[in-house]
Amino acid sequence: MNVPQTEFIPAARPTVATPSFLARLFDNRHFLGLLFMLPAALLLLVFMTYPLGLGVFLGFTDAKVGRPGEWIGIENYEFLVTDSVFRLSVWNTFLYTFIASAAKFVLGLYLALLLNEHIPFKAFIRAIVLLPFIVPTVLSAIAFWWIYDAQFSIVSWVLVKLGVIDTYINFLGEPVLARMSVIIANIWRGVPFIAICLLAGLQTISPSLYEAAAIDGANPFQKFWHVTLPMLSPIIAVVMTFSVLFTFTDFQLIWVLTRGGPINATHLMATLSFQRAIPGGALGEGAAIATAMIPFLLAAILFSYFGLQRRRWQQGTKD
Amino acid sequence: MNTAAVADKEITGGMNYLVSIPRRVVTIYLPLGIFLFVLLFPFYWMAVTSFKPNAELLSTGGNPFWLAHPTLDHYNKLLFHTQYPSWMWNTILISVTSTFGSLVASVLAAYSIERLRFKGSRHVGMAIFLAYLIPPSILFIPLATMVFQVGIFDSKLALILTYPTFLIPFCTWLLMGYFRSIPFELEECALIDGATRWQILLKIVLPLAVPGLISAGIFAFTLSWNEFIYALTFISSSENKTVPVGVITELVEGDVYHWGALMAGALLGSLPVAVMYSFFVEYYVAGMTGAVKE
Repeated sequence: MNVPQTEFIPAARPTVATPSFLARLFDNRHFLGLLFMLPAALLLLVFMTYPLGLGVFLGFTDAKVGRPGEWIGIENYEFLVTDSVFRLSVWNTFLYTFIASAAKFVLGLYLALLLNEHIPFKAFIRAIVLLPFIVPTVLSAIAFWWIYDAQFSIVSWVLVKLGVIDTYINFLGEPVLARMSVIIANIWRGVPFIAICLLAGLQTISPSLYEAAAIDGANPFQKFWHVTLPMLSPIIAVVMTFSVLFTFTDFQLIWVLTRGGPINATHLMATLSFQRAIPGGALGEGAAIATAMIPFLLAAILFSYFGLQRRRWQQGTKD
Repeated sequence: MNTAAVADKEITGGMNYLVSIPRRVVTIYLPLGIFLFVLLFPFYWMAVTSFKPNAELLSTGGNPFWLAHPTLDHYNKLLFHTQYPSWMWNTILISVTSTFGSLVASVLAAYSIERLRFKGSRHVGMAIFLAYLIPPSILFIPLATMVFQVGIFDSKLALILTYPTFLIPFCTWLLMGYFRSIPFELEECALIDGATRWQILLKIVLPLAVPGLISAGIFAFTLSWNEFIYALTFISSSENKTVPVGVITELVEGDVYHWGALMAGALLGSLPVAVMYSFFVEYYVAGMTGAVKE
């Protein structure tokens, strides 16, 4: 009997198809990684990195709207240093950033502590607290514009009725008052952001720390000073960096409320840069003003970076 | 009975049972009430003003906090006698397209940085974070010259292309954090089963990252709705303006302020983001705090 030979022939090995070159290429994570990065990287390089360099370059030229401009070295900066309006705008920017950020921090922290308490309708209250932050700044600034109106201000109306003042306050017409008014509007918009971010930080603090502090006889202030604040400090560092950055480069609020007036008292570097470059047509000078903001931004970013480092260190994670 | 009540309070309120009710009213509810009043008053004032007839707006008598004769005149003027509807349409179109485009680019970038871990991905991640911190107010002048040279000045395309510069860094940063929280064992399983990276991204990672996508999308949408300086610089003709720019530049004729129409415009322009926000509060807050916490 013939044993069918076929039984002993090993069945044809399942052919492992060698993946084509393309398939292997698309499985290579380095290649694929770069491919996936491409859309985002391309967009950011073309519309962010390049303009950043172009902006610095324009600052060294006398470019005007519709005219490319020539290299004039540091002439723009030499002019700006002597320009009293620019110097005033730098001073205003620092004043605005410092006062608004400090107030936003204190009020935001206070609001966060209040929201961290046990209160009815907590989720709802937290949701409506954030409203000023999500509504477009320009549109809420219009509401403030009306609130600050020289003739029909509701604040003046109330104060007159209460007998505190006799005449309506010209909120946006006097330099000092105008500065105060724009700072208050900025605080109004910024407090919710800081409060909600700090609240998220507060909720991660373990209640057992407070209980331990209470057993040690700490009073509420000591609990805040020795437990809450140290535990919160990393997130405070990051949130405040963001807040300082966005306050420093603020444009919308000022542009709607005062356009830099009265007598340039509320001009920030961003608004001055816009005014000189776009309506004024001096692109080079505007770009120089914008570039002058970069060192301050870098300082803030470095601060944030070391804030993050410290946070890692505190959490004890190595990365 | 008494101890049970105390124990119950202890569970719900931590050590709050130690604080008496009147004390809580003064230390918590009163300040909170003041905060809420100040934070919400401008919205109330906006709404009341938008329904007031002009005569009532400009009279100093009567109670300004209340509406004596509500009217829809301002809304009528806004919707049928200005280009407000087309500004609204532009804003929606620009916000939706730039948000959607940014999300696609950000998902790919975040997945690639966080999971493919190609050579140099850490540095790219850091660069993305730095890009997040670059404000539009130092980019608008060079961008304006670029937009002009390319020939898309005064077109919606100029905004659709430039908005992703602040949306992509934010979304990528947020999604990186989100992808990190997805266990990579899932991906390993899929790899063993023979899935390609593309399939893994579409069928494993993205379905799990839906909450992160919603957070990033909502936040990006509100950011682009809020944008002002690019729209103010790159757009000059009325029919291409967005709501914030249109309201500010077109509703003020010389020294005549149409307060009613301005307020109506501000209120209507805030409504879409407010409605969207109210549906996705948790996602929005997660997005905002997540971006800061990472």
